[in-house]
Amino acid sequence: MTKRRSPWVTLAAILVYVFLYAPIVVLVIFSFNSSRTNVTFAGPITGFSAEFPDPRTSVVTASPCGPFHWFCTLAGNRELINAARNTLTIAFTSTLISTTIGTMAALALQRYQFPVKTFSEVSLYIPIVIPEIVMGIGILTLFGALFRFLNASLGLTGDGRLAMGIGTVILSHIAFSVPFVTLVVRARLQGFDKAVEEAAMDLYANEWRTFWRVTLPIIAPGVLSGGLLAFTLSLDDFVITFFTTGPGATTLPIYVYGLLRRITTPELNALSTLWIALVFVAVFITQRLERRAA
Amino acid sequence: MLQRLRASRDRWLGLVLIAPTLLLLTALLLVPLILVVITSFGSRSPDGNVIYTFSFENYLRLVGITAEGFDPLYVEILWRSVWLAVQTTTLVIVIAFPLAYFVARAPARWRNLFLFLILVPLWTNFVIRIYAWIMILRNQGVLNSLLGWAASLVGLPFQPLDLYPSAGAVLVGMIYEFLPFMILPIYTSLEKIDDSLFEAAADLGANAVRTFLRVTLPLALPGIVAGTILVFIPVMGTFIVSDILGGRQVILVGNLIQRQFLDARDAAFGSAASIILMALTLVVTVFYTRRFGFGEEIVKA
Amino acid sequence: MPEFAVELRDVSKRFPAPSGEIVNAVRNVSLQIRDGEFFSMLGPSGCGKTTSLRMIAGFELPTEGDIFIHDKPMGQTAPYQRPVNTVFQNYALFPHMTIGENVGFGLEMKGVDKAQRLTRVRQALEMVRLPGYEARRPRQMSGGQQQRVALARALVNHPEVLLLDEPLGALDLKLRKEMQLELKRLQREVGITFIYVTHDQEEALTMSDRIAVMSGGRVLQVGPAFEIYERPNCRFVADFIGESNFLEGTVREVQQRTATVELAGGLLAYAESDLALTNGQAVTVTVRPEKIGLRPYEGAQNVYPGRVEDIVYIGTDTHYTVLLAGDQRLRVREQNEDPYSRPLASPGDAVTIYFDRAAARVLLD
Repeated sequence: MTKRRSPWVTLAAILVYVFLYAPIVVLVIFSFNSSRTNVTFAGPITGFSAEFPDPRTSVVTASPCGPFHWFCTLAGNRELINAARNTLTIAFTSTLISTTIGTMAALALQRYQFPVKTFSEVSLYIPIVIPEIVMGIGILTLFGALFRFLNASLGLTGDGRLAMGIGTVILSHIAFSVPFVTLVVRARLQGFDKAVEEAAMDLYANEWRTFWRVTLPIIAPGVLSGGLLAFTLSLDDFVITFFTTGPGATTLPIYVYGLLRRITTPELNALSTLWIALVFVAVFITQRLERRAA
Repeated sequence: MLQRLRASRDRWLGLVLIAPTLLLLTALLLVPLILVVITSFGSRSPDGNVIYTFSFENYLRLVGITAEGFDPLYVEILWRSVWLAVQTTTLVIVIAFPLAYFVARAPARWRNLFLFLILVPLWTNFVIRIYAWIMILRNQGVLNSLLGWAASLVGLPFQPLDLYPSAGAVLVGMIYEFLPFMILPIYTSLEKIDDSLFEAAADLGANAVRTFLRVTLPLALPGIVAGTILVFIPVMGTFIVSDILGGRQVILVGNLIQRQFLDARDAAFGSAASIILMALTLVVTVFYTRRFGFGEEIVKA
Repeated sequence: MPEFAVELRDVSKRFPAPSGEIVNAVRNVSLQIRDGEFFSMLGPSGCGKTTSLRMIAGFELPTEGDIFIHDKPMGQTAPYQRPVNTVFQNYALFPHMTIGENVGFGLEMKGVDKAQRLTRVRQALEMVRLPGYEARRPRQMSGGQQQRVALARALVNHPEVLLLDEPLGALDLKLRKEMQLELKRLQREVGITFIYVTHDQEEALTMSDRIAVMSGGRVLQVGPAFEIYERPNCRFVADFIGESNFLEGTVREVQQRTATVELAGGLLAYAESDLALTNGQAVTVTVRPEKIGLRPYEGAQNVYPGRVEDIVYIGTDTHYTVLLAGDQRLRVREQNEDPYSRPLASPGDAVTIYFDRAAARVLLD
């Protein structure tokens, strides 16, 4: 069946796709740039050499890694590896927790009547409708005051003092991603046929077993997409992390932001390219998992 | 009686299930918001701490009332932020609509791929996407190189355009960052429209333009509303796009807040600015949701 | 051995409706369902039949009264602790499990070991004529097949009572007829008490040993199919099951089991009644259309002149609407025995109708 469609719509769509992808293509191409200043594309690195060139060379002509020179120098960048590790630690931890408690909240709101229900529903909408920066400075103010109070009253000094760090970032990430997990899981629960749970109870499964054997497997795709959303939000977050992080808890977005205000080399492009490649792999894997679950 | 027993058990179960989320949201959302409100009425001590008082001084400063008379500095910042958010949202709607329409009317087996292609740029990092635009827009960047090359082909003299840093670059960056958040909800609305509606409109004598205005647009409205909320609010509160693509020349309310907290160390004034920012976004959200309803499109997106 | 498989003693169920008002879904229902019986609860939607079934299963708890299964009071017993199994309206098969896992779920929960489980699942699937379907998924099967799986999943546990909630509602007519026979066969084979909820009177009449007709949360009449059909005890039952004519009138005389009722327009009707009637009491006389004839026959006590208003030919029968004196209308059904299917009368014709005293019954409402 063919539908009549205006060629203008198709043309406009193609242009929007070009707009969406041009920056990404540029990023990837420039990660193979031989020019260290990375302002114009001076062609790829073609030569291979036994030794890494002097880090101050303005045009790299040969490297042990050939065209993948900047990917190799990336691997030796301790700051960057630390930032990547922090980012992943934060993303995994906050996703795990926010998916768990968000799913619980979705079940509570969808299934049960309890006193603070309306209040909970309103609270869950707040992170969606207020700007992130307000949340960020709010949490900063809270932890600032809390840590000052605790440090003073417990007499903590020096390195023993409580300070912003990976823990505060994780907590904040959980707080802003829980509402999204809850929304996604609730949407899935709305289409849930309760008779299936009754069938399980009818077949001698108590509430606990019914949940693990029937309810959870059926809503699993919703939980999975909620988790994926939480993970993406956490990986991508700049603003809240910016205000809640502390020394030693630099994440990749914060690290890149720092670089942007100083000097950038194709190493940053290599990082971006690697990032995009990893995202593709991750998406591919989750798609496969979801298909198997469905 | 039996019924009541089960109902009270259900209530407990609901409370237990909601408890962790509610505690977290209270501790990290409601309490901080209250603290921000309290702080906003305070003032700065000479060493950069907050003195908790109850004064409207910060708010008065923000709306331009000072001891020396009217100072438009902050009003201009607020106005610039709102205006930029309005421009971004409008342009994003205009750009997003054709693509959303294209995907919604594409053959079903292609639709997921097209949607996926819209999501991919989102998964690269927010900060990295800004960096990409620096590479394109800067003086010797990709765009100027392409334009120079095109000019040399037709033999015209070419002077590289000053695209970065500039207010224009900030607008482009904002559009790019938030475009997918508009495409997806509009798509969700459009996808629900039954093909037969278009046929019915055509059958009843509506031409393409009238079909668009009378059928497509009204039915896409929930998506546009959801998209507007998803775009307008973050644009109002983002500071890094303007910080980097504007080269610190384009100061928005987000930049103002950030600087109060990190450079100027005037948390009280920064808090007041946050409250004003939140009030502005809430006004928009409430106006929109009252008028058009809070669609499921937000969830779907 | 207890006398009854399931007993409902004065059970009521009230729900708060979303609008805030209280809905009386079931009102003071008492029922005794015998062991090995095929028992149907029949009524229009909202009559309380499904709620009653769900209370037996344990998904709902009675607001008042109690339910006994083989003399054991159920009280608050959870569904998973009751010796009953349910076949759900839309089957409620677990979409993420295979057919084998679905059917074996109850046995697994009861802790039956795997080898025995597999054997019993295989036997159950054979019993419902789906041998070898263990590895399939529910969505790969047709509605009729899913229906059989749902049956196997319940029966494999050898419940004391099997509850069926409109199990054939989603099937098309032909398949439904087939499954009716199949269900009846299965019930005879396994000898388990079946409690069957349906709004389809034909289904209930064909399959059940006994039927409870329900309306407005109450049980109106309980009895075998022929009794419900031939001797309805109220207007609702007569009307809901099959087709009936109702003639309003006043009792003139009662002699043993025959009542003489004066109808509007002065006609006298002779009807059967085992009710205690008094002269002058307002009653309704009901008579089934197929028991009225346009042809005279010997011994017909009720003979009235009338005029044909309308004729509908429906193949096996022809339906006549006849207007009697006093502006009362009667539907008459004549079998088309005549190979040329000539109607016995045309609209506007004056006719005489005949029916037996035994075909007419007196109702109080």
